[in-house]
Amino acid sequence: MSFRIIVLAKQVPDTRNVGKDAMKADGTVNRAALPAIFNPEDLNALELALRIKDQRKDCEVIVLTMGPFRAAEIVREAMYRGADRGYLITDRKFAGSDTLATSYAISLAVKKLEPYNLVISGRQAIDGDTAQVGPQTAEKLNIPQVTYAEEIPEVTDTHIVIKRRLELGIETVKAPMPLAITVHSSAPDCRQRVAKLLMKYKHARTVTELQNETKDYTELYNQRPYLQIDEWTVDDLHADVEMLGLSGSPTKVKKIENVVFAHKDSKVMTSSDEDINNLMKDLIESHVIG
Amino acid sequence: MANFYNDNENLKFHLTHPLMEKIVKLKEKNYTEMEHHDYAPLDLEDALDSYDKVLEIIGEISGDIVGPNAESVDHDGPQLIDNEVIYAKGTQENYDALVKAGLIGMSLPREYGGLNFPIVPYVMSGEIVSRADAGFANIWGLQDCAETIHEFGSEEIKNEYLPRFNKGATAAMDLTEPDAGSDLQAVQLKATLDQQTGIWYLDGVKRFITNGDADISLVLARSEANTSDARGLSLFVYDRTHRAVKIRRIENKLGIKGSPTCELVFKNAPAKLIGDTKLGLIKYVMSLMNSARLGVGAQSVGIAEAAWREALKYAQEREQFGKAIIRYPAVYEMITNMKVKTDAIRTLLYETARFVDIYKAYTFAGHDRKLEQSEREESKYYLKLADVFTPLLKLFSSEYCNQIAYDALQIHGGTGYMKDFPVERIFRDARITTIYEGTSQLQVVAAIRGVGNGAYLKALQAYGAIEVKPELQYMKSVLGKMTEQFGKTAEKVNEFEDNEYLDFHARRLVEMAGNTIMGYLLLHDANRSDVYTKSADIFIRMARAENIAKVGFINQSHPKDLGAYKQV
Repeated sequence: MSFRIIVLAKQVPDTRNVGKDAMKADGTVNRAALPAIFNPEDLNALELALRIKDQRKDCEVIVLTMGPFRAAEIVREAMYRGADRGYLITDRKFAGSDTLATSYAISLAVKKLEPYNLVISGRQAIDGDTAQVGPQTAEKLNIPQVTYAEEIPEVTDTHIVIKRRLELGIETVKAPMPLAITVHSSAPDCRQRVAKLLMKYKHARTVTELQNETKDYTELYNQRPYLQIDEWTVDDLHADVEMLGLSGSPTKVKKIENVVFAHKDSKVMTSSDEDINNLMKDLIESHVIG
Repeated sequence: MANFYNDNENLKFHLTHPLMEKIVKLKEKNYTEMEHHDYAPLDLEDALDSYDKVLEIIGEISGDIVGPNAESVDHDGPQLIDNEVIYAKGTQENYDALVKAGLIGMSLPREYGGLNFPIVPYVMSGEIVSRADAGFANIWGLQDCAETIHEFGSEEIKNEYLPRFNKGATAAMDLTEPDAGSDLQAVQLKATLDQQTGIWYLDGVKRFITNGDADISLVLARSEANTSDARGLSLFVYDRTHRAVKIRRIENKLGIKGSPTCELVFKNAPAKLIGDTKLGLIKYVMSLMNSARLGVGAQSVGIAEAAWREALKYAQEREQFGKAIIRYPAVYEMITNMKVKTDAIRTLLYETARFVDIYKAYTFAGHDRKLEQSEREESKYYLKLADVFTPLLKLFSSEYCNQIAYDALQIHGGTGYMKDFPVERIFRDARITTIYEGTSQLQVVAAIRGVGNGAYLKALQAYGAIEVKPELQYMKSVLGKMTEQFGKTAEKVNEFEDNEYLDFHARRLVEMAGNTIMGYLLLHDANRSDVYTKSADIFIRMARAENIAKVGFINQSHPKDLGAYKQV
């Protein structure tokens, strides 16, 4: 039996280098102005999965992503780095899903890939920063979860040892499988794309993408079935439509405010004993020290 | 998040040169490789897309890993511990990243685990890596050795050594010795054949060996006893696992400090013969050196690119007398000339790489099938061009990269003299390029043949026959006049039938040819893309003025003047 790892990955707008057109007037993200990238912590998650694959010959890494058609790029990017295959969950009916509806859809897709040993994802995505989808998916799958993973020092057929990056230190835990893991950005950076894998998989397409190709790939796809990236729709997942999209999302955005950061009041201090004493008093009072 | 490929449009421009169609078709055996290899291209477009995407990986590794490591690598350098060269931490990180991405052995055939890339994208990788760290580019560029084993090694040697490259084996070319630098015919390291086992044993000293502790070393040695010239030399491959080489020391150098330069003592070291005996220097090392010279060309262009970018950034940021210094004519002229010269040596680099690509592709095709008469002629034509363009490239790219690095430091003023900015390292790294793999003076010795046998004149006339857009016509007519002037001046020097006099003016003549050739190449680049019009215009002005000065000097001289130069 193979050791199956499912990596959950999301395509996100690159919010790390934002220009002035990054937000629309209504306060929502202007996705068109920002390049779409592989969510950074999901890349950390992929690296941890690939490290297990480096050690175990029987390991299979499957990437699962949910989003519009163009999110198929995430599946290819993962395959360029060593993932075996991937699936794109895509359907207009998913539009407007919050984390609850999203984790519902993802959990159904994960179930289709049973039996699995691990479900690994980044801690959070840089567009929403909720850190909820990983844990909620684990709950829906009814499996245990370990969050903030930084390193996986040991994997056997029955258990896994994980180092967790916490605020005040590192905690090492041992967990049974199947298990869900969310990965912290302090985990190792993801490896580079591998030249031969890139050239092998660069023609991988979903059915929808193939329809938009000018070239005829029919023959190539018959010879190389691994180039087919499967798309899963609501029907494929046998999902309850009521639990998806806006109707399945209890999160309602009440108001969005544009916040302009400004300098706060500043205090000028000299190096006199009096000023230093006052500063120490303030710091102790505000519990910054002491 | 830097990408040294994507942020440089010039690279994509040269990668998509019209001649690539012929090169890729030859290299890919008319796109039949895909039947056996899942990563082989389907057609030209697919191949170019693969080169583009793989260079993007190299650009990313260079921008995100190699570049940021350059300062610490320059500071730490390699160490010699227990007869082993330990790379600086950053060097090892760089190499590991490139190995993991499966990039070593780029130009090797797929049957040996290579990517089967033509020389053009491979050379481009050298330029990109070099821009990030010129010293590290040596370690990257030594995969050239694989190419030599592939071209001249036996099936047994090829099968034993070539698949190791893609898995990360490092390489070295062990040529020079304490008394055999530029003059490799004087190599003394002895090779003795054990008649019973057929294994050769190497004894002697090698000096100034880049990456001397590599996994796989090509060693030039004297296999024929009682000989003292090139005909007694053969080429061998030595495997590091034999542990029969003592590393005496790592040199402490001015620049490229991350690249370990070693002194080696071979003690009864077992090795295998590459090809036939006695052809070591005459054939195999000449071929290896030509690849290495192309490599230094790429390295020089990479350094030039890095230097001018540093200079531009500083000149835009630094304010004096109330404005950014780039707004002063003395500074903006320097910056522009740096850019123009970089464009010039880059276009010469890729033109030379294309010539090498075509004749090499025909050479390998000739191993598999009998070439048509027309193919043989074409192969010969490009081989001749490659032979005269390679020394020209090595000469100009290395000299220009030094001028550009010098000016880049100058633009930084006093700050540039401090270790605070990368330009100080770039300046030191640049210095070696005019020296190793044949000094500039030796490149002139090689190139002057192209003046004597009319090869440059022929190439120039062929360039002159290419039509350009009407608005570029004025440059074409200037270049036509420069061609004529070069031909006449060469003739005039030759009229004296005095070899010493020809040698005295050799560099001037070679540079006249080179100036005109780079002028044409930039003109043709401008004809393909407006982006290069300015560079072509400025370069041709500069080149014309330079050539006029050279002609002025030559016209005033006579063989009897040489005496005055000998009296010092």
